[in-house]
Amino acid sequence: MEASDATIGYSGNSGAASPPRSLEASSPRYGEKIIKALLAACAIVSVLTTTGIVISLLLPTISFFGEVSLTDFFFHSDWAPTFSPATFGVLSIVIGTLSTTLWGMLFAVPIGLMIAIWLSEYASPRGRKIVKPVIEVLAGIPTVAIGLFAITALKPFLENFIPALESTPFAAGVAGIAIGLMITPIIASISDDAMRSVPGGLREAAYGLGATRMKVATRVVFPAAISGIVASIVLAGSRAIGETMIVLLAAGSQATTSFAFASPVQTMTAFIGTTATGDIGTGTITYDTIFAVGSLLFVMTLAMNVVAIRLVRRFREVYE
Amino acid sequence: MNRMKTPGSERTRLATAGARAVTTTSLSKQPAKDRIKGNIFMALLLLAVTIALIGLTALVVQAIIEGGPRFNLELFTNPPSSLNVEDAGFRPALIGTLYLILGVVLLIVPLGVGSAVYLEEYADGNRWWNKMIELNIQNLAGVPSIIYGILGLAFIVRGPLDLGFILAAGSLTLALLVLPVVILAAREALRAVPPSVREGSLALGATEWQTIRKQVLPAAIPGIATGVILAISRAIGETAPLLLVGATTFVTFNPTFFGENFSALPVLIFQYASRPQEEFKVLAAAGVIVMLIVLLAMNSFAVWLRNRYEQQW
Repeated sequence: MEASDATIGYSGNSGAASPPRSLEASSPRYGEKIIKALLAACAIVSVLTTTGIVISLLLPTISFFGEVSLTDFFFHSDWAPTFSPATFGVLSIVIGTLSTTLWGMLFAVPIGLMIAIWLSEYASPRGRKIVKPVIEVLAGIPTVAIGLFAITALKPFLENFIPALESTPFAAGVAGIAIGLMITPIIASISDDAMRSVPGGLREAAYGLGATRMKVATRVVFPAAISGIVASIVLAGSRAIGETMIVLLAAGSQATTSFAFASPVQTMTAFIGTTATGDIGTGTITYDTIFAVGSLLFVMTLAMNVVAIRLVRRFREVYE
Repeated sequence: MNRMKTPGSERTRLATAGARAVTTTSLSKQPAKDRIKGNIFMALLLLAVTIALIGLTALVVQAIIEGGPRFNLELFTNPPSSLNVEDAGFRPALIGTLYLILGVVLLIVPLGVGSAVYLEEYADGNRWWNKMIELNIQNLAGVPSIIYGILGLAFIVRGPLDLGFILAAGSLTLALLVLPVVILAAREALRAVPPSVREGSLALGATEWQTIRKQVLPAAIPGIATGVILAISRAIGETAPLLLVGATTFVTFNPTFFGENFSALPVLIFQYASRPQEEFKVLAAAGVIVMLIVLLAMNSFAVWLRNRYEQQW
């Protein structure tokens, strides 16, 4: 004890030899403070980005609703903002968006979930290590490449089964399946993480009671991981709604209020993408329309993301 | 279990063997219905995995088959053309993408690493403003890319920054779009550095910043670099925001950083792909091959980096 006290050199008997030193920094260290402020400024950039997005959407949207009534916008489905006389029934492009998203989810939800079940409950560690990253590659492929694939390969292939596709260059269903291909890895990957965080004890207990592998996967692990699974689906839905290039290439730009597989549709993103590229003047009603549609899109995806983030946090809290 | 050691006569041995057989069969016997259902279920799971893998393979193979004939040197050296499909290429768009990515890297490395260091090393996570920054970054990661295009159009090209339709505005828009990716990856890399490294350095009298700069950051560099590469490969493929900030298609001259009229590889691919003529689709597919090769190279590099420098503490 004596020896260790002496080596610290601060307390008691050895302190008499040298005067006690303060542990405070010997200088105010302004440099440190400046650096901290600079780093904080970097973090503020992301807050400024959000503020910038909200302001740039809000101001033109307010001026848009100065000219177009809320009921004309939300409760009508005749969408022709660039024609004269212009009509602004956004319902038709909302339906277009829902149509491509729905077809995409119809493909991606069953396939993504089955991949997730396979990855977490059936695959060998080696198979999992190979298959999971390969499937995740799909999420990293530029969407313009997926869109090109949709019109050059997917559509001719689907024509074999759905003859109605032959008469139209654009179809919501083709765009939808291409979107489904893009969001499948999101569902598979996040659901797999959720199912793997279910404690092994639950599985073993079920096996002990005589459950089959399929029963364990579908009746025990799947329900236990449901919040993560729902989060993955919501997140994938928000990605599908916000997807632009695939729908621009494969779904067309004709506003129809149809959910049919072979019907062309205009989505909200496609409207922004086609209209905002032209040389349109600031302050015109067409310019403001882009921002009104953008606001709607932003609110929809934001709401979905907030829900997904909450759900993911919940499944982390329960099992980790 | 220990069959050899079963004591007793021939009769007891037979009895034990019989009992064992009855027990194992009755325990291992699943109703035939369950077994068939289980097998069908597993076949369905494998089918789902196969469909996803076929989708990926078909996408790559289709691009190679369709674009292969046009994948030659002229593709890289010739400017685009709407009249002479035979001579059309991607040169100004490729150089445009190169400049765009250069600008993105210059912006996201300091901003992304700075934000991550602040949030991981300095910020008190219980303060409301730090919580807000964190939630904000998570939400930004989910904002559709076309919304960033709107931000670019209203805030950077016009509005407060008023840069005009120049390449630098495109760079800035893309940088803001991929910044959350870098921040999230860098934070993860910093979190993986054990606290004992920091405590050791601080105990030796280093200041907070000296600790971060000399100890924590060097240890986190592989993880940060991986995040930056992933962000760049996302930025390379982004098309929608560039459409809005004025990436025009048929620029026949090489772009400059602050010059108007620039193009980018994915934008030109999109424009070729949306033309009805088959020849332009071939050209677009050739462009996709270029893009996929670049992305494959970058992602392989990221994987290699992670495996090579991954540190076990």
